[in-house]
Amino acid sequence: MLTYISIFITAIFVNNIILSQFLGICPFLGVSKKIDSALGMGAAVTFVMLLSTIVTYLIQAYLLDPFQLGYMQTIVFILVIAALVQMLEIVLKKVSPALYQALGVFLPLITTNCAILGVAILVIQKDFSLVESVVYAVSTAIGFTLALTIFAGIREQLNWSEVPKAMKGTPIALITAGLLALAFMGFSGIKIC
Amino acid sequence: MNKLKIILNGIITENPTFVLLLGMCPTLGTTSSAINGMSMGLATMFVLMCSNVVISAVKDVIPDKVRIPSFVVIIAAFVTVLQLCMQAYLPELYKSLGLFIPLIVVNCIILGRAEAFAAKHNPFDSLLDGIGIGLGFTLGLTLLGAVRELLGTGRIFDLTIFPEEYGALAFVLAPGAFIALGLLIALVNTLKTK
Repeated sequence: MLTYISIFITAIFVNNIILSQFLGICPFLGVSKKIDSALGMGAAVTFVMLLSTIVTYLIQAYLLDPFQLGYMQTIVFILVIAALVQMLEIVLKKVSPALYQALGVFLPLITTNCAILGVAILVIQKDFSLVESVVYAVSTAIGFTLALTIFAGIREQLNWSEVPKAMKGTPIALITAGLLALAFMGFSGIKIC
Repeated sequence: MNKLKIILNGIITENPTFVLLLGMCPTLGTTSSAINGMSMGLATMFVLMCSNVVISAVKDVIPDKVRIPSFVVIIAAFVTVLQLCMQAYLPELYKSLGLFIPLIVVNCIILGRAEAFAAKHNPFDSLLDGIGIGLGFTLGLTLLGAVRELLGTGRIFDLTIFPEEYGALAFVLAPGAFIALGLLIALVNTLKTK
């Protein structure tokens, strides 16, 4: 049990996927102008990350490893994730139009979100079991949503402040993200077991 | 279009790091030193050149509907080639760049150039575009890596400029990546308006 809690806390705070591992920066900068869309993106990422991690884990364990096809990992994983996102889009459209309305716009963006492929490869590299992988995927996604939402909140406030001309837009957003990362570094002292 | 212009376009007018702001993950994640940034840039350039040439060569054969998935498979194939070669000949570098080598597949620059340039031009022009954008990306990453290495440890390419005790370690760590890139883009913006 303690290992699961440790994975959970580490993935959200200590090794936050965006602020300390630099994965998923594109949506972090692109979809963080409003808190609502940040939450929507976070939910979509959580959903896809959980599904894709389970599927790619099973493929690695029962297909690639027994047949010594480890070198096909990159190609197989990216295809599986792309297909999964496409399928999810079709299923959501049919089953739950309301959810599709909320998450739909973010789904196509997710295929090229490196956090998804990154987590799928990371759980294999870290030699996690299936349950550990699921915990890791969910907590990473929560960490992603947390960072995205905090950042969106700050950017909403930033609209009201006077920023030097050259710093407008991306530069000030990046520096804000830097300060946020500095704040998250404070968590690196946490140690469990 | 003028051949030289295609190359210069990638390095200056459409520089992926400072102007298009594409491929931010490796830009921030691998630039803790100038040499790491440069290696990552060159690795991306290799994949970009190969994928651009192949995609523009087969663009007429691929049906429009399965365009994007086919592009992704071609890119993933070259990334795998790169991965295997690096594991065999440059194991140290492969370890220090780590996860970011397989993640070249999802680098938006490569798919972006396939879609915006290679799918509309002949293979030779696409190769030049790959070289141009690749060099622009390498330049951006090397510059950011050099700035971070200098401010963090007082060295550039392991050449000591000032003693290490005066460096601010934060610039080598995560926060420095965001702040240094933000300041560099602000600098480029200032130069552009002048």
